[in-house]
Amino acid sequence: MTPSAALPQGAGRILETAAAWLLGFLWILPLLYAFWTAFHPPEFSTRFELLAPLTLANFERAWQAAPFARYFLNSFLLVTMVLAAQLVLCTLAGYAFARFEFPGKEVAFALVLVQLMIMPDVLIVENYRTMSRLGILDSIPAIGLPYMASAFGIFLLRQTFKTVPRELDEAARVEGASALQVLWKVYVPLARPVYLAYGLVSVSYHWNNFLWPLIVTNSVGSRPVTVGLQVFSSADQGIDWSVITAATLMTSAPLLVGFLLFQRQFVQSFMRAGIR
Amino acid sequence: MSRAAVHGWLLLLPAFALLALFTHWPVLGTLWDSFHATPRAGHAAPWVGLENYQVMVADEVFWRSLWNNLWYALGTIPLSIALAIVMALWVNSAMAGRTWLRMAFFTPTVLPMIAVANIWLFFFTPQYGLLEQFTTLFGMPSRNWLGNPDTALGCVIVVAIWKEAGFFMIFYLAALQSIPPSLAEAAALEGASRGYYFRRVVFPLLMPTTLFVLVNAVINSFRLVDHIIVMTRGGPNNATSLLLFHIYQVGFSFWDTGYAAALTVVLLALLAAAAILQFAFLERKVHYQ
Repeated sequence: MTPSAALPQGAGRILETAAAWLLGFLWILPLLYAFWTAFHPPEFSTRFELLAPLTLANFERAWQAAPFARYFLNSFLLVTMVLAAQLVLCTLAGYAFARFEFPGKEVAFALVLVQLMIMPDVLIVENYRTMSRLGILDSIPAIGLPYMASAFGIFLLRQTFKTVPRELDEAARVEGASALQVLWKVYVPLARPVYLAYGLVSVSYHWNNFLWPLIVTNSVGSRPVTVGLQVFSSADQGIDWSVITAATLMTSAPLLVGFLLFQRQFVQSFMRAGIR
Repeated sequence: MSRAAVHGWLLLLPAFALLALFTHWPVLGTLWDSFHATPRAGHAAPWVGLENYQVMVADEVFWRSLWNNLWYALGTIPLSIALAIVMALWVNSAMAGRTWLRMAFFTPTVLPMIAVANIWLFFFTPQYGLLEQFTTLFGMPSRNWLGNPDTALGCVIVVAIWKEAGFFMIFYLAALQSIPPSLAEAAALEGASRGYYFRRVVFPLLMPTTLFVLVNAVINSFRLVDHIIVMTRGGPNNATSLLLFHIYQVGFSFWDTGYAAALTVVLLALLAAAAILQFAFLERKVHYQ
């Protein structure tokens, strides 16, 4: 786009840039505020002085006040388990929809798409019952299972696999490769950027997920960080905002650091995942 | 069946089994359970017909939650989409500091809702909170923003807009970048004003994106209640109770799962209605290139 069409000249341009910066500042303000409170002693949590002393004591207190190390481990295991299962299941299903003809294919595809509208997040009552019947309440697999077959992932990979030229597929078959070998040698390598995009979206979704893990877990051994943070900040911490904001930043840190380091990839991944 | 057909089904089977177990079966189970009482201590739940639905019609909190959810959707969706378009136009222009702006707008998206809700809770806190400090600076009276039934829902809406606008911006940014620059050049040659160019060229080209974002926004307005749990727990006086939050309370605080199933049926019906509207609308109004 040429600059002349994108922005007005002169005073209008300055005014508009100022408005954009103001909005950007407002958008980042809650986070700046959290950083201020977390890195200063409690008496400065609502007093803004340029020379207020910096401290890491709030992080230390938060880390000792709750088993955050365990929560981080749980979240890490959850995110890894869900992503690994999603990649395998969605690849196989996406391949089936993209390159195989079988009776009931249309109906099956429509049934898969149902999950785009009715996500596991709203089926908490029934899924809780199912987990209870399976006897796996309060475990990490119970948090992940409803999300492992992802309609979004299946759809995304189906679209990607459909763009692979048939000639490549047939050439591999002529050389005697089986269906799974073709998938592994031809389709998967070509879809690498889509896998990266899907992976980033999935990891941030499941690291951040809260309601279902809150319902299905009730012990330190299975709680992810989001639930751990809620248990920590609602129990007795009451008004100690410095410690709560420190804990809050701690739980967001892996994604925040990842985002700041790989900003371009993050943004492009979310873009790619959104274009259907 | 041919070999290919067998292979196709085998490839689909693992994902489909999980989908059936955790999406299709629960949908049917919700409907079935909504006609039954809540099972007690190992006994099978007796059939109660429409009793749960009769309870629902008389349940004031349900109606309150439904209305709240409607206002919440009406407050969140148009504003976050409008902001997302403006943000995308800015970030896509030759404006100074646009990389920084993109980061500022997008950051809320990658943070856990539960964590940012904690930050916003502090932001709105009476006496200490940043908002309070700001308003008292201008001599305005002290307010308990989240404790007042008149302002609590508004506060929750602000948080949702803040969280979502940057996410939607990304999709608009992708769409804007796919518009050929020649269109802008042609419009400039013809002497079309910026507003005219946006109204007649850019906005119509963004239509498929708007539809996609709209569907996402509608689903999110019924799906995301994390910040309600942290900031208000549905209060004060149910002023911020949304439908899914009410389901959560009925199902997991009062353990009345029969009634919670009936409430879930309403939520599923709303989502299904949104899906049907979307497809009807998609057929007629949107033309993909």
